[in-house]
Amino acid sequence: MANVPKDLRYTREHEWAKLEGASVRVGITAYAQEQLGDVVFVELPKVGAKVAARQPFGVVESVKAVSDLFAPVTGQVAEVNGDLPNAPEVVNQDPYGRGWMIVVTPSGAGDWDQLLTAEQYEQFLAAGGH
Amino acid sequence: MVPFGGWEMPVQYTGIVEEHRIVRGAVGCFDVSHMGEFEVEGPAALAALQRLTTNDVAALDVGQVQYSLLCTPAGGIVDDLTVYRLAADRFMVTVNASNIAKDWSWVTGHGGGARWRNVSLETGLVAVQGPRAEALVGRLADPDVAALGYYRFARSVVAGVPALISRTGYTGEDGFELYLPWGETERAWTALLDAGRGDGVAPIGLGARDTLRLEMKYALYGNDIDETTSPLEAGLGWVVKPAKGEFIGRDAIEKGRAAGPRRKLVGLTMAGRAVARHGYRVLKDGRAVGVVTSGSYGPSVDRCIAMAYVEAGLAVVGTALDVEVRGQAKAAEVVRTPFHPPAVKKG
Repeated sequence: MANVPKDLRYTREHEWAKLEGASVRVGITAYAQEQLGDVVFVELPKVGAKVAARQPFGVVESVKAVSDLFAPVTGQVAEVNGDLPNAPEVVNQDPYGRGWMIVVTPSGAGDWDQLLTAEQYEQFLAAGGH
Repeated sequence: MVPFGGWEMPVQYTGIVEEHRIVRGAVGCFDVSHMGEFEVEGPAALAALQRLTTNDVAALDVGQVQYSLLCTPAGGIVDDLTVYRLAADRFMVTVNASNIAKDWSWVTGHGGGARWRNVSLETGLVAVQGPRAEALVGRLADPDVAALGYYRFARSVVAGVPALISRTGYTGEDGFELYLPWGETERAWTALLDAGRGDGVAPIGLGARDTLRLEMKYALYGNDIDETTSPLEAGLGWVVKPAKGEFIGRDAIEKGRAAGPRRKLVGLTMAGRAVARHGYRVLKDGRAVGVVTSGSYGPSVDRCIAMAYVEAGLAVVGTALDVEVRGQAKAAEVVRTPFHPPAVKKG
């Protein structure tokens, strides 16, 4: 079973969200990177862009497939991982660490509670993950 | 596992890039038993194959293999295949898994007078590919395979299993394809993986099979060639031999040769890291000029590469084009192919 850290929240599209003060850091889960295989390209929004909960904010592309990235919360992009264009493989190597994608400043608090807890995400994976 | 031509096939065992590098650097084993095999024999076998296929089967010695095509009367490609001359009047052809039913009705419908047998479900096929393939297969095969030339085959025994060993492949590396009795294929497979441990052998899935062949610009039926594409457009004019006499599709292909193909299958490299995938449009100054047929990240060239049909006038090495990726024009260039230098055994 893929690693599911307890201190994160999750989407049904396999993004993780981490609360850091008033901001939310976003990436894809260990399960997602395993399913994708070797990541070769990540397309991310610019700092200042608006993202909406459950809507695509970018694209991750592996040798096998291309997938949209879905925002866990609505808000404004405060930071973008500038290492990913040149080293997309870190998404496979360290999905919860150096493979992070964006930091969002949420525009409200409501979205967070809609996200899956680690236990709920584990159950979701156990049921097939889709 | 993914469905592929009616079979459940692994896309990857450990990872596409890792498996790709194992084949380029050491040796990998591919279970491609899903491929189809037909045997044809009798006094009419040669004439039937001459009529059905585009290459010159008469030029084939016993023990030799030939890459060839089945074409429609309009010159479209029914399938690409390899032809093995087992004896003067006995041949085996290997066809794509997804085309077995279509090809079977095609060859038996148009290859009258000869005795055809569909041995696809009696025949396992394991490809052993990579610079260590000769050492690995040589250790298990009797007699030795080192002397076997490229596109030659021999009857042998591999780890106690009777095998037809062919020095062919779909990766651009040296290596072999082992035709085995279906029920004993797993035994040979296990023996190869055991005996190759010191060589760094690994099982290789469909994903790396695709990136390896793409770096060679080998066509994949259903992606790069089909009944709407002609051999000349696809760069396969070298396996069309009109001088041998009449065959299905000859007139249409020769008319096309005289007029010159309107589009050609080219190799593209992408300037950035976005992958150009099957079906994406190729643009020149915003105008649609072609379509991508295959594309991926090429692990050995460390670039995103693609095959695409483009207007013949733009099929010139060095031409700057764009590929439309999710609505955005991404810079690409027509390049010389293969993308990666082949290391097949010559002579």
